[in-house]
Amino acid sequence: MDATFLARFQFAMTIGFHFLFPPISIGLGWMLVLVETLGWRTANDTYVRMGRFFAKMLALTFAVGVATGIVMEFQFGTNWARYSTFVGDIFGAPLAAEGVFAFFLESGFLGLYLFGRGRVSKGVHWFSALMVALGATISAFWILVANSWQQTPTGFEVQGGRAVLTSFSDAVFNPSMWVRFFHTMSAALVTGAFFMAGVSAYLLLRGNGGDVAPRALRLGIVAGLAFSVISAFPTGDLHGRQVARDQPEKLAAIEGIYTSQRSAPLALFALPDAGPPPRLRAAIEIPGLASFLSYGDFDAEVKGIDAFPPDQVPPLWITFVSFHNMVLLGGLFVAVTALGVFLMWRRRMDGARWYHGLVLAVSWLPLAACQFGWVAAEVGRQPWTVYRLLRTADSVSVTVGVPELLFSIVLFGLIYLALLGLYLFLLVREANHGPDPAGEVA
Amino acid sequence: MDLVTLQGTWFLLFGVLLIGYAILDGFDLGVGMLSLFERDPARRGQHMDVIAPVWDGNEVWLLTAGGALFAAFPPVYATVFSGFYLAFMLLLAALIFRAVSFEFRHKVDSPAWRSLWDWSFGLGSLVPALLYGVAVGNVLAGLPIARDASGGFLWQGSFLGLLNPYALLVGVTGLAMFLTHGALYLAFKADGVVAERSGRLAPRLWIAWVALWVLATMASVLVSPWLFAGMLGNPLFYLLLALALASMVAIPVWSRSGGHGKAFLASSTAIAAQTGLAGLSLFPRLVPSSIDLEGASMTIHNASSSVRTLTVMLVIAGVGMPIVIGYTAFIYRVFKGRISPGQFYGAHGPGGH
Repeated sequence: MDATFLARFQFAMTIGFHFLFPPISIGLGWMLVLVETLGWRTANDTYVRMGRFFAKMLALTFAVGVATGIVMEFQFGTNWARYSTFVGDIFGAPLAAEGVFAFFLESGFLGLYLFGRGRVSKGVHWFSALMVALGATISAFWILVANSWQQTPTGFEVQGGRAVLTSFSDAVFNPSMWVRFFHTMSAALVTGAFFMAGVSAYLLLRGNGGDVAPRALRLGIVAGLAFSVISAFPTGDLHGRQVARDQPEKLAAIEGIYTSQRSAPLALFALPDAGPPPRLRAAIEIPGLASFLSYGDFDAEVKGIDAFPPDQVPPLWITFVSFHNMVLLGGLFVAVTALGVFLMWRRRMDGARWYHGLVLAVSWLPLAACQFGWVAAEVGRQPWTVYRLLRTADSVSVTVGVPELLFSIVLFGLIYLALLGLYLFLLVREANHGPDPAGEVA
Repeated sequence: MDLVTLQGTWFLLFGVLLIGYAILDGFDLGVGMLSLFERDPARRGQHMDVIAPVWDGNEVWLLTAGGALFAAFPPVYATVFSGFYLAFMLLLAALIFRAVSFEFRHKVDSPAWRSLWDWSFGLGSLVPALLYGVAVGNVLAGLPIARDASGGFLWQGSFLGLLNPYALLVGVTGLAMFLTHGALYLAFKADGVVAERSGRLAPRLWIAWVALWVLATMASVLVSPWLFAGMLGNPLFYLLLALALASMVAIPVWSRSGGHGKAFLASSTAIAAQTGLAGLSLFPRLVPSSIDLEGASMTIHNASSSVRTLTVMLVIAGVGMPIVIGYTAFIYRVFKGRISPGQFYGAHGPGGH
């Protein structure tokens, strides 16, 4: 086994596991802002207890997110020393800004939000919920700035073997930053809305939801529909066009286009086969749609994998499959929530136990979609850590060998497995306990 | 600002972040370690209650220091962190266990479960507290760094090399420092038995801190005499030394008379002054090389980012940190007063049933 593979495996494992939690924290954070706003402005006791109930789950999620996030701040240096040296002049600033503008804000106000009820006014308590959500969002902004710069680097020049900043605003507002931010944010909001809907459906099925669960389910379904639609259009659509413009190799990989062609079809479903000859098996395709979605013209030429040097293209299979899974899941989210809104309109939501079961069954899938999306984005960037500038193989720490990597992979693998088990165990316990019944609010 | 001024400023600001971490998370770590000596489950839990609303924000100082080091001095971040690989993995594992123990401990009403997370909290505090001093000790002694053919820095050490006697001495000194600091915080913020015991314990821990600090300073003269070159002619040295001595003397005086809040401020000042002295003796080096002090040490001049990046970072810090300090002070004020067992993680706290 070579060290580069192990370092990549470790990074994928640690960031993949960490990235289960921030989308929930961000999405649930904003759902709680909505709930706390309703509770504060309407003085309706149901929303106050809804806030308390979901705040416990936010606290649990946040704790595991923080614990696994600490690793991220340091492992660029430990595992990717050559990368860190190359990009430090640019990449470090957003990480530091994330600490200054986001981590302090969310952690400080989370303490106030969780423990400050009764010590501060209702307005200040509401404000602390807002700051937690805002902090998580600012955190997403800065880390996506850093990530986007890897994908579409601008605002620098290479001097003496490292990238030197020439324009901070060009580096921050690089071509893929805004679309990536909005698409990731909308995905996080979907995740939070589905989390709330899924927990509520679970409570309704168990019969311990009181007056909280029916309302929380409705909030989750309506928000889930709105954000699912936004994730596809405009944010997903714009992100796709941006990839077509800035990273054509990645586009070829996610769409499964082996050979350059005009009027490229969009594969809804297919199994990529590297061949020879390379082709898509069992493909269900819509002619010309890939050209249209990428360039706004059904006749436009889309470059295929064959248009690029073989040592500069990403692996197609995993990129293609991840991307398509994400898109299919996105369609599922719209369908399930639209069905829910229909049931609400026909006033059949409360008795529809089959629908509650369906919501519970799909409620975790936005996390899978988030993971698929990231795999498509990051594997699609290969073989580079910084697109067309620095290869992944030239990024790893030279001083860290296979034994150290194996040791830390096993160590963190075991810790993360335990954390996942504990998180789920405690989440279910919290849900089984259910929200406080009416009339028991302190 | 010109490059040299910016480099000096960022040396200072990185020091401020480390001092902020040592003072703020320092008492958290001390409280965590002291919880290991408490037998009663309710009072053990009280150690968590005392720092519940603030510990997470305190730990952010470490993350921000890490980010600032990456941004301002990338070769240091890259070379030292990859060199300290196993130590960092240990630190990260400890911080993970510590972070989750707050949320996990009070969720299940079972002695074995609570005990598990008590240990996780205590040991998760002990390891970072020890490694902090061990890291400082290794930097003061110089790290095995050489220059490679292209002028970059190359790590040539091993994990076991980091556990040398001098670094361990500085590590234990740090432990005594954080323990004293944590005991003073408990004496000030907890109520009942925990406050009383901690108040009695603090002056004793202080004796260990003083003794170890003097010992570590003497050992530094032997291990790294160059740290002291030029210090005697530097007025800042005398200022920091006076501050360190005065605040060290003030700790037991105030602590014995029951002024634990003032004693805590004194120990905060002592931490700042002692860290400042270590920083001053290193300046302008960030990481001295034990192989070639003149040729291969990482300094603020040969390991910094560009003028533009350092300027941008200065703006970020200048805009952001006053706001951070403002709302952090507000949050501490909201949670003023003594804290009882179960106050935050008790029957009606978040997650409590």
